[in-house]
Amino acid sequence: MSERHATIGSRVGLHARPAAIFAEAAGKVGIDVTIAMAGEPADDAMDASSILSLMSLGAAHGAAVVLRAEGEGADEVLDSLAKILETDLDAQ
Amino acid sequence: MQNFPGVGVSPGRIIGTVRQMPKPLREPPVGDRLAASVTAAEAAAALRSASNAVQVQLKARSEGAAGDAKAVLEATAQMAADPMLIKAAVKLINGGASNERAIWDAGASVAEMLHNLGGYMAARATDVLDVRARIVAELRGVPAPGIPVSAAPFVLVAQDLAPADTATLDPAKVIALVTSGGGPQSHTAIIARALGLPAVVAAAGVQELADGTQVYVDGSAGTVTVDPGAALVAAARAWATTATRLATFDGNGRTADGHLVPLLSNVGGTKDAVKAAAAGAQGVGLLRTEFCFLERETEPSLDEQVTAYRGVFDAFPGKKVVVRTLDAGADKPLPFLTDASEPNPALGVRGYRTDWTSPGVLERQLTAIAAAAQGTAAQVWVMAPMIATVEEAGHFASMCIAAGLTTPGVMVEIPSAALRAESILGQVEFASLGTNDLTQYTMAADRQLGPLAALNNPWQPAVLQLIGLTVAGSVAEGHHKPVGVCGEAAADPALAVVLVGLGISTLSMTPRALAAVAAVLGSVTLAQAQDLAQLALSAPTAAQARESVRAKLPVLDELGL
Repeated sequence: MSERHATIGSRVGLHARPAAIFAEAAGKVGIDVTIAMAGEPADDAMDASSILSLMSLGAAHGAAVVLRAEGEGADEVLDSLAKILETDLDAQ
Repeated sequence: MQNFPGVGVSPGRIIGTVRQMPKPLREPPVGDRLAASVTAAEAAAALRSASNAVQVQLKARSEGAAGDAKAVLEATAQMAADPMLIKAAVKLINGGASNERAIWDAGASVAEMLHNLGGYMAARATDVLDVRARIVAELRGVPAPGIPVSAAPFVLVAQDLAPADTATLDPAKVIALVTSGGGPQSHTAIIARALGLPAVVAAAGVQELADGTQVYVDGSAGTVTVDPGAALVAAARAWATTATRLATFDGNGRTADGHLVPLLSNVGGTKDAVKAAAAGAQGVGLLRTEFCFLERETEPSLDEQVTAYRGVFDAFPGKKVVVRTLDAGADKPLPFLTDASEPNPALGVRGYRTDWTSPGVLERQLTAIAAAAQGTAAQVWVMAPMIATVEEAGHFASMCIAAGLTTPGVMVEIPSAALRAESILGQVEFASLGTNDLTQYTMAADRQLGPLAALNNPWQPAVLQLIGLTVAGSVAEGHHKPVGVCGEAAADPALAVVLVGLGISTLSMTPRALAAVAAVLGSVTLAQAQDLAQLALSAPTAAQARESVRAKLPVLDELGL
């Protein structure tokens, strides 16, 4: 199991447009990726490709989250997804 | 040429092709089970392909949109194929539910979860329900609910429109509105006048028109004609020319002999107010404060309210802005104020009456209005909706004075208030007739019901008589306290002349109507307006009142109004 910590870079937090962009990206990586607030148990982690899960996570600007994935290429996938989270997606 | 007579509610003559608004989607029956001939796997596969199709459609639409609309469409497209939503639905299918019912229930639980999160998330619950309806429509092979999407402009034909449809109605695509239901005060009529679209309501039979049929719509005569001939083509062309003439108002409402009648605007927020000021409005006759409260779970804070009101005041320096306190209830429910289970909400706890069941909200609103009025150049007047008695008027006035607001007034929309106008005006500084509700309550006819459209008409002599009684009450009170009109009646140029003849001092309307009302009012003297008012009052029916007045106003025909 690989893990990456990331801080939400979008000023509006992880919902609306940023959540849509991130969920779409997470849906395309070919392996299952989960997301949870930092410090929450891994069992409570949610599907990162679900915009509805992301919205219910309620991660605001500056919130720390953990991405997890398993399998081939997991490290590369998590690196690229963590980068998306840390970008201010609403500014684009 | 086939003709569909209806009620004209917004002027304009136009030819276009019909697009029918899809019927509201029927809910799949509760407990609907998987058909014996279908396996759970097949049903789930069909659901997945429907959800992908909806995602593709919404994505395509988002590419043609811009700004906030684009962001919303992108997010809803993503929701359509959301793994959490689809997984929840598939689980229900595996338990034996039909795929339509499964996605219906899965969507409902997600919407409820978002709703419970409150704030921004709660507002997204509607998007989930919209996506759910689109997926069910896709599974059934019927058009998705909502205003049709089309590359070419069209005449929208519907049963009636809901307030929510305004948000998705693109005036560049929809060139006229025609409904089989609704009345002159229905939401369709209000939307049409606000957007300046020709509209005919209560035109029975139009729901049978096929998509693509060519029709001529006359929003003043109230007719819809299939396959128009050369004469109607010419009429539509002539209207296009007049329309530009009716687009500007010089900002000075008056009769031909110089009797001044300030023409004000009804607005619902800063954006509206800026637009109204640009259209020449001489002030705001009705600031609907609901805009600050709608779609909220909790009362907005004092600061939020002050900012919202201040924006409107700043658009009208030196001019009058009449603020109506919160008018929740009936067709404008608010979760923290009104009880949605009332059997008869139009006669329930609404408007000023919510102060009895939720005391404090009105007081805090008055404090916010007073704070926003501090330091602005606008003259701020405040009025309460749904006042029925002298005692209520007195109580409201004392609340205003306590908050530091010196010009309290009341809406006259309940017949009892019109009958008791003299005593009520003894308590407050002005009255404003809300003709939409006054008509509904005088005639005991629900505003939204098509079959009652003829009753629900402000030309009803009984309604005109109550307006006259309100003015008489002000005269008897003796301090020349102003009586204005802020209902849809003020936007009808012929009726506006009658209202001035009855002694109304200001007319407040959608900014779109200012130029037309000013043009017609400027064609008569005050004495002529008074004669026309008598003519309307003595007519036996609403239709005859309207006809006889219109016959004496040749300018209406010249302008195609």
